[in-house]
Amino acid sequence: MSVTYLEAIRAAQEKALADDPRVFIYGQDVGAFGGAFKATKNLAAEFPGRVMDAPLSEDAIVGLAVGAAIEGARPIVEMQFADFSTVGFNQIVNQAATLYYRTDVPCPIVVRLPSGGTLGAGPFHSQSMEAIYSHYPGLVVMTPATVEDAYSMMLEAVSIDDPVIFCEHKLLYYHLKADKLPDVAQPAGKARIARAGRDATVVTYSAMLHESLQAAEDLVEEGWQIEVIDLRTVKPLDTDTVLASVARTGRMLVVGEAWPWGGVTAEVISRVATEGFGLLDAAPMRLNAKDTPVPYHPDLWAAHRPTATTVAARLRQLLTQ
Amino acid sequence: MVTTVKEKIRSREGADTDLSMRAFRIMLLARATEDKLAALYRAGMIKGGVFLGKGQEALSTASSIFLKKGDIFGPLIRDQAGRLAFGDTVLDTLRTYLGSAKGPMRGRDGNIHRGRPREGYYAMISHLGALVPVVAGGLYARRLRGETGVVGVTSIGDGGTSTGAFHEGVNLAAVERLPLVVVVANNQYAYSTPNNRQFACTDLLDKAAGYGIAGFKCDGTDPAACLETLHLAVQAAREGNGPQLVVATLLRLVGHGEHDDAGYVDAGLRKANVGRDCLEVGAQQLVEAGLATEADIAAWTKEAQAEVEKALNTAQREKGPDPEGENWRSISTEHLVDGHHDAEDE
Repeated sequence: MSVTYLEAIRAAQEKALADDPRVFIYGQDVGAFGGAFKATKNLAAEFPGRVMDAPLSEDAIVGLAVGAAIEGARPIVEMQFADFSTVGFNQIVNQAATLYYRTDVPCPIVVRLPSGGTLGAGPFHSQSMEAIYSHYPGLVVMTPATVEDAYSMMLEAVSIDDPVIFCEHKLLYYHLKADKLPDVAQPAGKARIARAGRDATVVTYSAMLHESLQAAEDLVEEGWQIEVIDLRTVKPLDTDTVLASVARTGRMLVVGEAWPWGGVTAEVISRVATEGFGLLDAAPMRLNAKDTPVPYHPDLWAAHRPTATTVAARLRQLLTQ
Repeated sequence: MVTTVKEKIRSREGADTDLSMRAFRIMLLARATEDKLAALYRAGMIKGGVFLGKGQEALSTASSIFLKKGDIFGPLIRDQAGRLAFGDTVLDTLRTYLGSAKGPMRGRDGNIHRGRPREGYYAMISHLGALVPVVAGGLYARRLRGETGVVGVTSIGDGGTSTGAFHEGVNLAAVERLPLVVVVANNQYAYSTPNNRQFACTDLLDKAAGYGIAGFKCDGTDPAACLETLHLAVQAAREGNGPQLVVATLLRLVGHGEHDDAGYVDAGLRKANVGRDCLEVGAQQLVEAGLATEADIAAWTKEAQAEVEKALNTAQREKGPDPEGENWRSISTEHLVDGHHDAEDE
């Protein structure tokens, strides 16, 4: 018996619906059809009237969630693909994210963003949008990389009083498996040392965790012990855990699937450079996708995003600097 | 599906006389408040813009006067009157414009961007149309909780009807059959842009048919007509007939904001029926109906002005927010606050 990353997200939503009558799910095709990726499979039947198909209106879907949250509900809304959240962007960053600061009324909504590249998905079904949402005050941005986190962070996302952008990676949906759902949750907001090491620190999150872990494994036979940190949430960014690791290793590579300009990798390097400059034995490095739209062709896509091979290559540079 | 108010209501006998007087006095209070805001702006005593609703008081008052405790009101820029009718105060208005820490926005937002969402009084953001789905969402949550008979009203202008948010919001409300009344104040100009550069349909009311919802049309300069129309629309929504679109025709009698002299407004429109001042029309209606004398109206005007002066006196003495005491947090969950932005903070 095993559970996938996608099943964990579905199970967490099922539990949230069962535990709290204030929770409802709203989004395109999430009802009887069960969602484009089946993240809400059977939930409409299980919870009549609480898992509803929405018109094709991302702005209005998020707007509805904000209004419902004002009235005490806890909506989970699904953007069919993270890329389409740009249409609901105004409601997310100007309505949901400002409500608590402006009015003292919290805005407990969860916006699910099926994120990241998959084979053949192309420019408009592949985007990683965590950085752009993290830029705005008033949002929590979760980027689970494991089945356990997908489950427990979704439950925490629903339970907290603030708007959460839940970046779930589509590449992990079916292939990433765990033996069972976790009994104990590690709270969001704290990073996790996914692999201990002494020679360099890789800071990463979401699907890039797995590429980075593979790279670390590949470098073992070359004699390197690489520490890998899974940020888990990119906002808040657990800078303390990163700094503590860099203090041990003296070298840091930051890996993200998103585009290079600004963004999470830039933010991590900025914080380590300003707060931990003296800990570094070499200039920090980073690895991102290339600065183009995400290409369709599998060969182009494979070269566009960081992979275990390119992470390992960048680490070799870092280690010999 | 689309019906004009003329077809729906003919007679005014049995009109609620107490209601017309109450509405008129709210209109007077809104006008007195806004006259004071304009004066304060000219005197340089208000930081930021001042956006007034002169000429729209009748429609705005009618928009919320039929709402009850537990209903939802999402007003927009030119709704000083509707805000007062829903329970906002002159004091909170002035506090917000003057930046008092005691106002509902505590200096964190200003002017028309105010509300008390816990009391069903939603605080607009500047992006037009964005409030439509939010009010719909409030109603959706109420229905999910099993509450019936709740109504939500939100306002928009002719310009706002061109936004994607308006379209998505009204369509969603129609699909969900929510008790939402959308009041369109067609005041002929969106800032400086006239109707013929804003939409190509013959009448904005035509949109109601497109969304499959009921539509009402009224003369926004006529207080009695506004009250009758909104009464019908709110009642229809309350009785479960889904969203209602009200389109009122009027003219904004001031600039977009007080910085704007509105020199672009067609002089012909100012002289036409659409350019009437609803306060003058309302006064005439009350006098003609024998409900008030000119002297009564003059006395009410003085009372309204005195109320504004009193509130101003209070608001002016109140302190603004203290940047040192501000917690600078944009979320409520303690353990998820992001730190480390600035080494000085640590």
